Amino acid sequence: MIKSTARYIKSLFLLELIKGLRVTGRYLFKKKITVQYPEEKTPQSQRFRGLHALRRYANGEERCIACKLCEAVCPACAITIESEEREDGSRRTTRYDIDLSKCIYCGFCEESCPVDSIVETRIFEYHGEKRSDLLMTKQMLLEVGDQAEEQIAKDRAEEAPYR
Amino acid sequence: MMEWIRSNLIMPSVEQLFPLAMHAYAALTIEVVLKILVILVPVLFTVAYLTYAERKVIGYIQGRIGPNRVGFFGLSFWGLGQPIADAFKLIFKEIIVPSGSNKALFIIAPVLSFAPSIAAWAVIPFGDTLVLADINAGLLYVLALTSLAVYGVIVAGWASNSKYAFLGAMRSVAQIISYEIAMGFALVGVLVAAGSLNLGDIVNAQSGSVIHWFWLPLLPLAVVYFISGVAETNRAPFDVAEGESEIVAGFHVDYGGMAFSVFFMAEYANMIIIAILTSVMFFGGWLSPLQGILPEAVFEVPGIGILLGEGIHWLLIKTSFFLFMFLWLRATFPRYRYDQIMRLGWKIFIPITIVWLVVASVLVVMNIPPWFA
Repeated sequence: MIKSTARYIKSLFLLELIKGLRVTGRYLFKKKITVQYPEEKTPQSQRFRGLHALRRYANGEERCIACKLCEAVCPACAITIESEEREDGSRRTTRYDIDLSKCIYCGFCEESCPVDSIVETRIFEYHGEKRSDLLMTKQMLLEVGDQAEEQIAKDRAEEAPYR
Repeated sequence: MMEWIRSNLIMPSVEQLFPLAMHAYAALTIEVVLKILVILVPVLFTVAYLTYAERKVIGYIQGRIGPNRVGFFGLSFWGLGQPIADAFKLIFKEIIVPSGSNKALFIIAPVLSFAPSIAAWAVIPFGDTLVLADINAGLLYVLALTSLAVYGVIVAGWASNSKYAFLGAMRSVAQIISYEIAMGFALVGVLVAAGSLNLGDIVNAQSGSVIHWFWLPLLPLAVVYFISGVAETNRAPFDVAEGESEIVAGFHVDYGGMAFSVFFMAEYANMIIIAILTSVMFFGGWLSPLQGILPEAVFEVPGIGILLGEGIHWLLIKTSFFLFMFLWLRATFPRYRYDQIMRLGWKIFIPITIVWLVVASVLVVMNIPPWFA
C-alpha cells in the first residue's frame, strides 16, 4: 500500500523524469568528443591495415620472390601473380595485381609473406572514381612502398617482438 | 511608432495610388499586411533556426557538436548557414505525387497543416498593445486553430493512398485529438483564473510578481498543458506517428521536397506556438519576473529600466526556454508505447485537469490571496 502510494506520488510529480532531465542536462555541458575529421584525426595502431604496398631491400632490389603464398592465402582472391625467371636467374613477378574492390583488408597476405614484401600500410585516404581505379598493379604497389618505406619499416621494427 | 508609420509611409503612398473613396480601406489593408509580415517573417526565420538549434542541442547532449560546417562567405560561423542550405535543397527537390493518390488533397494537405499554425499568431499578444488582432475570444480562436491542424495530418495520410501513411495518420490523429481534450481543460482553468478569453487580459490578470503568474495556482494545469502540447505537436517522446522502425515516417512518407518541408515547418511552427502560449497563459507573457522584487522606481530608470521592466524581450526569453524544453525532452526520453500514450492522455491528464478545475474555481470563488484577492 505504502509502496504503491510512493510510486504514485513519484510518477505524479514526474520525479524520475526530472532525474533523467538532470542527467542529459549535465551532458549538455560536458566536453564534446567529436573528432572533426579532416582537421583532427584519431591515433592509429602500428598494426593498422590500410592500402597495400610492395617493399624493396635497402639496395633497391624488390623483396617479392613470387612464392605466391599471398595469392594462395587470400580469402577474397584479390591477388593475381604471374612470374618468370629474370636474366640473372632469380624468380621474380611479372605481374602482381591487387583488386582493392575485392580485398577485405584481413592482412593474411602480409602474415604469409616470407620476405616481408607485401605489407599493409597506414594509408587509408584513397579513393577510386571507377572500378578500374581500384586495381593496384605491381608498379603502383612498389611506388606506394617507396613512398611509405620509412613508416613501414618503423612500424615493423616496433612490432617485431610480437611477430 | 505605429502612428508615425501610418502618417509618413502608408498614407502618402495610398493617396497617390488609390482613388479617394478607397483610401481608408487601402490604408487599413496595407497596415494589416505590414503587421502580418512583421510577425510572420521572424516566425519563419525562427522555424528555420529552430531546426538548427534542435540539431545543436541534441548533439551537445549526446556529446557531439552538431552541424558546424555550412556558413557564409566561406567561413563556417558555427554552421549557421545550415538551415538556409537545407531550405534551398528542399526547394529544388522534385515533389513526387504518387500515381494512386488523390492529387488535389495530396497537394492541399501540407497547406492545411501549416496555415493554422501560422494563423494562430494573429492573437498572440507580444506586449500590452503589441497584438495584431485584439479579439475578445482569443483563447477560443487559438483552441480552434490548433484543432484544425489535425485535418492536414489526416488528409495527408488519406490522400497518399499508402497503408503506412494512413496508419501513421490514424495514430497521430487519435493522439492529437486525445490530448486536445486535456489541453482544452487546462485552458479552461486559465479562463476561470483570468476571467477573460482575451489573451492580453489573461496576461494582465497575472501581473504582480512571479508568484502571481498562473503557473503557481494552476501548476498541474501548466504541466499538463505543456506535456499535452508536446504530444499535440507529435514531438518526442510522443512521436509514435513517425515510428521509423514500424511505419517509416508516419503520415508524410509519400511527401518529398517542399511539400514535405511544409509539414516540417508546420511541426516547428506549432512548437513555437505551444511554447509562446505556455508563456503567455501560465508564465506571465511579457511581464517581467523582477516585478514585485525590485522597487518600482528601478523600472523608471532610462535604459536599464526598459530591460528589467515588462516588454517583448521577456516573452521571447520565456518562449525560448520552453522551446529548449522541447529539445531537451526529445534528447532525454524514449518513445512512449501507443497504449501508454492513450492511458496518459485519457486516464491521467483529463482527471487531473478536471480535479484542478474544481480547485481553481474554489480558489477564485473564495478570493484566495495573493492570486485572486
